[in-house]
Order: sequence, then C-alpha cells, then structure tokens
Amino acid sequence: MTEATISAPKPRFLTLETTLILIGIVLLILAPFHFYPVFLMKVLCFALFACAFNLLLGYAGILSFGHAAFFGGAAYFTAHSVKEWGFSPELGILTGVAGAAILGLVIGFLAIRRQGIYSTMITLAMAQMFAFFCLQASFTHGEDGIQGVPRGHLFGFIDLEQPLNMYFFVLAVFLAGMFIIWRIINSPFGMILKSVRENENRAISLGYSVARYKLAAFVMSAALTGLAGGLKAIVFQFATLTDVSWQMSGEVVLMTLLGGIGTLVGPIFGAALISTLENYLATSEFPVTVVTGIIFMVCVLVFRRGIIGELYASRLGKKLESKSES
Amino acid sequence: MTASVTNPAFGGGLSSPGAAIDQGASVVLSARGLRRDFGGFIAVNNVDLDVHHAKVHALIGPNGAGKTTVFNLLTKFLQPSSGTITLLGHDITRTDPAKVARMGLVRSFQISAVFPHLTVLDNVRVALQRPGGLSTQFWLSMRALNRLNEAALKLIEAVGLQDARHSLAADLSYGRKRVLEIATTLALDPKVLLLDEPMAGMGHEDVHIVSDIIRGVAKDRAILMVEHNLKVVADLCDQVTVLQRGEILTSGDYRTVSQDERVRVAYMGTEHE
Repeated sequence: MTEATISAPKPRFLTLETTLILIGIVLLILAPFHFYPVFLMKVLCFALFACAFNLLLGYAGILSFGHAAFFGGAAYFTAHSVKEWGFSPELGILTGVAGAAILGLVIGFLAIRRQGIYSTMITLAMAQMFAFFCLQASFTHGEDGIQGVPRGHLFGFIDLEQPLNMYFFVLAVFLAGMFIIWRIINSPFGMILKSVRENENRAISLGYSVARYKLAAFVMSAALTGLAGGLKAIVFQFATLTDVSWQMSGEVVLMTLLGGIGTLVGPIFGAALISTLENYLATSEFPVTVVTGIIFMVCVLVFRRGIIGELYASRLGKKLESKSES
Repeated sequence: MTASVTNPAFGGGLSSPGAAIDQGASVVLSARGLRRDFGGFIAVNNVDLDVHHAKVHALIGPNGAGKTTVFNLLTKFLQPSSGTITLLGHDITRTDPAKVARMGLVRSFQISAVFPHLTVLDNVRVALQRPGGLSTQFWLSMRALNRLNEAALKLIEAVGLQDARHSLAADLSYGRKRVLEIATTLALDPKVLLLDEPMAGMGHEDVHIVSDIIRGVAKDRAILMVEHNLKVVADLCDQVTVLQRGEILTSGDYRTVSQDERVRVAYMGTEHE
C-alpha cells in the first residue's frame, strides 16, 4: 500500500483556492492607494479579531460571549506598555498578546467546565468583571481610556507615523495571524478539535482529555484576539472601555455569523461588511444598531450559514471545492 | 492469539447472582458492588461483574434494566455511587474516562458514534493519532498524519470499508457507520472492548459481518457487549449476565442462563427457540 494509492492526487501548484488567496493579497496591497488607510486598518484588525473568535466557535464549537475582554484587554496592555514603559510597538503588541493569553487561560479554564449556554454565560460574566476592573483600575484611566499612544518605530527604524508604513505593518500582522489560524485548523491538533466538536463523548472514549484541547483552543483564540486588539491600539493610538464592553463581544459574534461560522475567510467578509456599514452610517441620521440588528435577523432567518458558508454550500461553491480540494 | 483456546475453568454454568468465575489471571475488568443512584432512584445496584480475556461476555436484560448505565459506570462516563472497578489490576473507580480509555478500556455507544463530517480515513486516523503523539501538534501540516495511512487502511480493509475510505462518515449506511466505529475502536488496540448494542438496527447481512468481526477481535481481547438479538448472543457469547431492574438476576453460559426459569419469565419468554 503506497502513499499514492491512499491520498488523493497531489495538489497542483496553483489551485483555484491559492489563486483566489493571491488575488486577495494583491488587492489588499493595492487597497491603501484607493481607500482611506485608517479605515482599512480598522477592517483588518476586526477581521483578525473575528477569525480568532471563529477559531473557537467554528472549530472547537465553543461560543464565547466574552471575547471583548481579550480584545480590549490586549489594547490596554499594549497601550500602557508602549506609552508608560516606552516599549517598541512590536514589543507592546506582544505584551498585549501575552496578557490576552493569560486572561484566556483563566476565563477558559472556568468556561470549559460547563457546556453550551452555561459556558457562554461564564465567559460573559468573566468579561463583565474584567470590564468593571478596567473601569476602576488606575492605569486604564477609567472613562478617558489611554489616549495619545505613540506609534513609534517598528524594529527601531520603520516610522509607523507614516500611514502607509503603518498599513503594511498591519497587513503583515494580519496575514501572519491568518496563517497561524489556518495552520492550527489544518494540523493534527485541529483534527482533534474537529472530532471533539463533532462528537465529544466519542473523542473521550478514544482517550482524549477533551478539556485540555478545549482549553488550548481557548487560549490560542484569546492570544490571536489579543494580537488584533494590540494592533488596534497602535493604529488608533488609544485604548478605551468600548473595546472591553459586552457590545464588542456581540459585534464579533455578528461578524462571524454574517461571514460564515467555521469558514476560514468568512469572518473577514463579515468584519468588512459591518465595519463599512458602521463607517457609512456614522455620519447619517440612521442609528447603526438598528441596521446591524436587522442584518442579524435576516442572516439568522434567511442565510444561516453566512455569506461564505452559503457560497460553499451552493452549487458554485461545490464546484470550486471539488476542483481545488486536494 | 493463544488465548483463544477455551478456558476449561469456564462454562460451569454458575447461576447464583454475582458469582462469576474465580478471580484468575484472565480477568481483565471486574466490578464489585457497583451501585448508582439518581436522586432516589437506584439505577444499578450491587453489580458484580468479571470480564475475561479472549471471551465475549454479554450483558442482557429488558429495557431499563440498567445495561447502558453499567457501561457508563465501567467506562467512567458516570461516577458510581459506591463499589469498585478494577481494570487490568488497577483500581479505576475514580479515574477519568479519557484516562480509562488510554489504559485500554474502549467503548462504543448505543447510537453510532462516528465523526460525521470527517472522512472514513480521518475517522480512523483520529484514533491512531493519539498513541503516536500526533494530537497536540498545532504547528504541523496535515501531511504529518499520512504516516498513519497504512495502519488506518489496514483497519479499514479489515472491516470492509476500503471502497468508502474517502467518503464522509455521514454518507455511510447505518450498518457501515457501526462497522467504521469498530474499526476506529480497534485502532486503539484496546485490551477490553465495551460494545453497546453493536448490531442494533442492522440488516441481516450486516449482523453477520459484525459477528465475524467481533469473533475475530475477541481472539486476543476481552469483549463485553449489550445485545438484544439473542440469536447473536447464543452464537457469539461465552458468558451471559442478565440484568433486571439494576440488579444481576443470573450469570453463566448461554445454555444455563436461557434455561433459568426467572430469566424466561423476566426477559426471554418465547423470543428464542
């Protein structure tokens, strides 16, 4: 029995999938010359946030309603370390990632003890406690937040005050984050996560200590969320209570749902759509929350798989899949 | 394989409740005084059980007799209220279920337990991944799992699923799902297999296939199975334990048990013979 008879034919170098990804990257490289870079950076931060959240919901089957704690928490850690301790931006972001990972370890440890709605409620309660902490602690400056965070120089010589430099740094971090998520999903570990999501009892009966895998996924998701949060603090040069509030946790659920739970790129589209809407509606009279609420209802009622999820499920998607799947 | 020779100490037809065969070297899984209450309801009471190496042991009884609860207790999916469980000489009364599985006691479930959105090959590879230490590596590509392919395919062929190896488990027929489940279980090379109604809902053809598989597997493993099909039990099992209302009614070989008046009244009636 040789390898060739077992695995399907080797993927060609340029499958449809890789072509689409390359086109996407090229578009992202060209985008700042046509659009407002700060807006694009906001979209990329939220897209990474949503994808990190989706790693937990879509691939480990755990719905967290407390991801704002990791996002906003990392933003505070990054902002504080850069502004008060004089950390370089890359080191500041890593501080945010580490902080979010520790938060994820604590919240995840408690949340995975229960299942379904109970687990979700634990994440919400813990995140609310953290939001209260951020309101009261002195280093967060309460309602004011941490303002005027210097962007500084990346690796000591790339001036991030230049919008394009900042944009390409954000893009690079975003792509790196996406690669990490993709790698986790398509790894031996990801395989076990999927099996836990599919049939937890069976995974236990095969000898897997399911709690450990769930906790690992929780911490990875929190750390990647922290990457997005820390990045956002550098881009906008502030960290405020908005990012740790429960509305933020809700927003990321909406983005992921809209784009497609359990699809790698779905949350990117969800995040882009919601951010764009918010941007356009911010200047209009029409309240944003009403619009996002309506979108949420339409999504749940009409296309539950989300934009990308529906595309995959459609006939066109099936065709693409069978062509590009290795 | 040598252990497939019939144990002469066995087949004596002990019929008093709980009195199983002497504690010999061949006992791999045993329970003593197993009890489980749910609130005020005693689901399982004072169950003694010995499962022997290279034997097929059937657990039968009417609906609600507590068979699945016994399974859940033995595999530690449920904590016993009292009693002890010993697996291969180790007390596992307080061990967690995943650890018990790693020690060599692997169960199947009443409803087929496959990973529906994984392929047949991946279903088996998930099981093979753990002993190989290939389950925590989140930085490796899926190609790292290809080294398991040969072992996985051997198992898939052994249960006759080679033509479906790239199909999703969800697309298999019911009988083939159960067969896949057995292949996945065997991937762990367990010392003791607990099969919860492996033939339930299967067609005639499939029952034969699964019987043959179980017979082959039992050559060097202990098997405890819950089964309703008495023809299968008569045909396959060396030892039968009858449960009724959570307690052991009788235990012994099929012949002895089936002639026991209480068993006839409680369960068998005229279903068989």
